[in-house]
Amino acid sequence: MSASQFVMREDDFLAIQEVIDPLLESARARGVFVVDRVGQLIRQTGQMGDLDTTSLASLTAGCVAATGGLAQLLGEDEFPTHVHQGERDSLHMTLVGRRGILVVVYDRHSSLGLVRLRARKASAQLATIFEAIRKKYEAEGPGNGKTFADISDDEIDNLFSD
Amino acid sequence: MSFINYAAREINCKIVYYGPGLCGKTTNLQYVYARTNPDLKGKMISLATETERTLFFDFLPLALGEIRGFKARFHLYTVPGQVFYDASRKLILKGVDGAVFVADSQDERMEANVESLENLQTNLIEHGLELGKIPWVMQYNKRDLPNVTPIEEMRRQLNPTGVPEFEACATTGEGVFETLKSVAKGVLSDLRKVGA
Repeated sequence: MSASQFVMREDDFLAIQEVIDPLLESARARGVFVVDRVGQLIRQTGQMGDLDTTSLASLTAGCVAATGGLAQLLGEDEFPTHVHQGERDSLHMTLVGRRGILVVVYDRHSSLGLVRLRARKASAQLATIFEAIRKKYEAEGPGNGKTFADISDDEIDNLFSD
Repeated sequence: MSFINYAAREINCKIVYYGPGLCGKTTNLQYVYARTNPDLKGKMISLATETERTLFFDFLPLALGEIRGFKARFHLYTVPGQVFYDASRKLILKGVDGAVFVADSQDERMEANVESLENLQTNLIEHGLELGKIPWVMQYNKRDLPNVTPIEEMRRQLNPTGVPEFEACATTGEGVFETLKSVAKGVLSDLRKVGA
């Protein structure tokens, strides 16, 4: 996988889903999200209604980036866990290796202790999955699948035709 | 870092608007947001101070259509332009796929433009990137004002390598979409190099 791109295929998403679905239940959470550190939503589960997940992903990445900057000011590598407690809903974020962030949204039906316990295990599983994905695409080398290797200028121009 | 999601058939790319304080980065995004079909845009987020200066970033997700059966999605970000927010600017450049440098055309802002462009280069290097190696475009904004530097002089100081450049007035929208289209094309063309 090129350093300038991050490719995920169906089986990669399924592997992630197999971690976050059980986490949702065992942590008694409202929603679980896996977000790329650049701010892209990778996978989610739960019933969060019409929550703006694109914004959630972007703001999560921004929050983690800012807190990571603070950690470095203090001489820490990172702060691996962040918690934001609200009156109704709370957010628990765990860093997943160098690539991802695991976000758990929970309410009064769960507790910080339970979420922290379950998220710790899940984030370790996700880190293993991310590492496997990285190795898989590295082994394949750039251009795996080559879907876009030969896109023409016309195809790109067509996107902007109106 | 473009994110190619084969399950959802999406390409996600990150474009950052950079430039000195008050050059019009947020105004660019506001114009794009105001003039884009609601089906193609998400919510625009502005993390700003009480005086509406950008504190951390503005964020606007856009969908531009399909290419090879993949939805092309762009996440547009601005950085805070004020000099003392450098730590935040660095963070926002993480994973950038393409950049727009918004230059303020007013005579008295030339030094700030030069400083900000140098700052962009420095901060990209911290992410292992180089300005010459990512798609980027130059926008000469505020061309409607009376005290502007001639384009030739701006080009000489800010765009000696001749990347695509656009004259703009972000408040009226002149040049805004031309700038965005150009950098988006550059980012998509870059996919060919890595051939996902």
